[in-house]
Amino acid sequence: MPQPRRDPASLESWQDPDARPFLEIRGATKVFDGATYAVDDVSLKIFRGEFFSLLGASGCGKSTLLRMLAGLERCTQGHILIEDEDITDLPPFERPVNMMFQSYALFPHMTVEQNVAFGLRQEHLSRQEIRTRVEEMLELVRMTGFSRRKPDQLSGGQRQRVALARSLAKQPKLLLLDEPLGALDRKLRESTQFELVNIQERVGTTFIMVTHDQEEAMTMSTRLAVMDAGRILQVGTPSEVYEYPGNRFVAEFIGAANLFDGRVASTDGDRVTIQTEGAPSDIVMHHAQPLAIGTPVTVALRPEKIRLLDEPPQEDVNWIRGTVREIGYLGDVSIYHVGTEGGLTVQVQVTNRGRQTLGPLTWDDVVCLGWDTDSGVVLPA
Amino acid sequence: MTGRRPFWLFTALAFGYAFLYLPIVTLIVYSFNDSRLVTVWGGFSTRWYGELLRNEQILAALWLSVRIAAMNATFAVVLGTLAALTLVRFARFRTRMLFAGMVAAPLVMPEVILGLSALLMFVTLEQMVGWPAGRGMTTITIAHITFTTAFVAVVVQSRLSQLDGSLEEAAMDLGARPWKVFLVIILPIISPALVAGWLLGFTLSMDDLVIASFVSGPGATTLPMVIYSSVRMGVSPQVNALATIIVVVVSTGVVIAGWLLHRQSRHSQS
Repeated sequence: MPQPRRDPASLESWQDPDARPFLEIRGATKVFDGATYAVDDVSLKIFRGEFFSLLGASGCGKSTLLRMLAGLERCTQGHILIEDEDITDLPPFERPVNMMFQSYALFPHMTVEQNVAFGLRQEHLSRQEIRTRVEEMLELVRMTGFSRRKPDQLSGGQRQRVALARSLAKQPKLLLLDEPLGALDRKLRESTQFELVNIQERVGTTFIMVTHDQEEAMTMSTRLAVMDAGRILQVGTPSEVYEYPGNRFVAEFIGAANLFDGRVASTDGDRVTIQTEGAPSDIVMHHAQPLAIGTPVTVALRPEKIRLLDEPPQEDVNWIRGTVREIGYLGDVSIYHVGTEGGLTVQVQVTNRGRQTLGPLTWDDVVCLGWDTDSGVVLPA
Repeated sequence: MTGRRPFWLFTALAFGYAFLYLPIVTLIVYSFNDSRLVTVWGGFSTRWYGELLRNEQILAALWLSVRIAAMNATFAVVLGTLAALTLVRFARFRTRMLFAGMVAAPLVMPEVILGLSALLMFVTLEQMVGWPAGRGMTTITIAHITFTTAFVAVVVQSRLSQLDGSLEEAAMDLGARPWKVFLVIILPIISPALVAGWLLGFTLSMDDLVIASFVSGPGATTLPMVIYSSVRMGVSPQVNALATIIVVVVSTGVVIAGWLLHRQSRHSQS
């Protein structure tokens, strides 16, 4: 899937140690009923103009964190700062933050125009000013002809646009999006992803999005945070998180991963040799941090980084032999589940270059699989 | 067999409707009876409607009942809406179950008990603080409010619980203070339920005989009380005419309330 183009100069401020964060979350914690930690000591720095995603399975606390930013949930502990100003105790109607709700929450008794104007009316702007802003917003989301309609006369995609226009109308410093594409069907979702990113670039507002869809987060975000059980497990750009997952959970949650458990057998500079239980050969990987011999580790290998080999490599490392058990034909690629002699199942993804329905392999073929020293990552077990 | 089923179903339906509505139809038909004897048909006439309009006692009672019903319905809508909001929006407070039960209790409480307890309370209050002095329109209105509030609360509560909670949050997020959110977002959306609740409260109060009889005093005779006492003296065909008018007014109110609720639920579903 193509990535929307971004202007590289304005971004990557997170790599600049002197950059002032736009939004800072310090040790935010939310406890429900005195015992359930929905959000557990989360700290984050988000920079101006970012499109930041909170990614996690349902119940991981990402929506609660978003609602804390909107002021709809009170922090049990911790602080939230926007441009160094503490907004932790501000009620939602005093925050320079707006939110687009998952259900869109359009007011059913108001027209599209009145919905978009609602926030502006609260600021007591002049009639003329409100009208111009509403027109601008409806133009931005390409809904100009619909201003007199009621929400129940709109399709799901149109409601989504109106909700976006309404939340952007007040020109908030920060826009929060709770599963903004969750209610759309697949085709519409893909086109809307790009549109949302384009709109974000045009208005320049900092966006924070909550999603459970990793593809969505990868496509749209400048950076993303993977959450589980109220904690942030890893923060990084989509490629960092995909290529260098920090732990097992992230490796398995973002994309698919084959995991091999083993122990460090020897190290040589930045190369580490790992003895595994299921693989016949040792695994040799690049790993920058030094590891003590005997440390239990897990090697994560993406299915698309494993190759089919004609014969075992000369150097007896980084390969495995097995039998094709399952074939998943997805059109552009095929997924093979290969059962190894050691009893493991390895997923391999092969691009279907020729026009054949089953790809190069069929069931019960015996194959050799190989990979390079920089194909995988070494994770703490 | 299957060919006969509609026949039996329609027969059952006809019996059902007849059981429910035949008495009312009879009453309406006899209201146009020319005879002085209620059960003997003497030809079509509207003379009892004319006499009804000249009957000062009935007209005074009607006016009193309408005033009580209107005031009762208005207070009941305010209190019932507050109770419903408390039950739906503040989902967790310690005495919630107790509160919900107490709001709904008048729905199942026998009217005789409600009336008697209201009477006892008014008498005690009069002895202790001197208010309400005597019994009359005020006491009837207060007693009616206590039991119609429960009905309004149930109607509004079912409406509110269907409401998407994020509507309020969205309004607050866009800068509206809680009080304004209630006035500009919640109130317009639940307004059909409020109108339905008002009509329901009005009708309940208009119909009530038992509670009103307990807490009424000299000079405060409501319409149902007049009808009841006049029937005891022997039924005048005027009562038939009056009953016909009441049936028409009440059923119009019920149909409007039902239509409002129906239209709104269709709105929120689409």
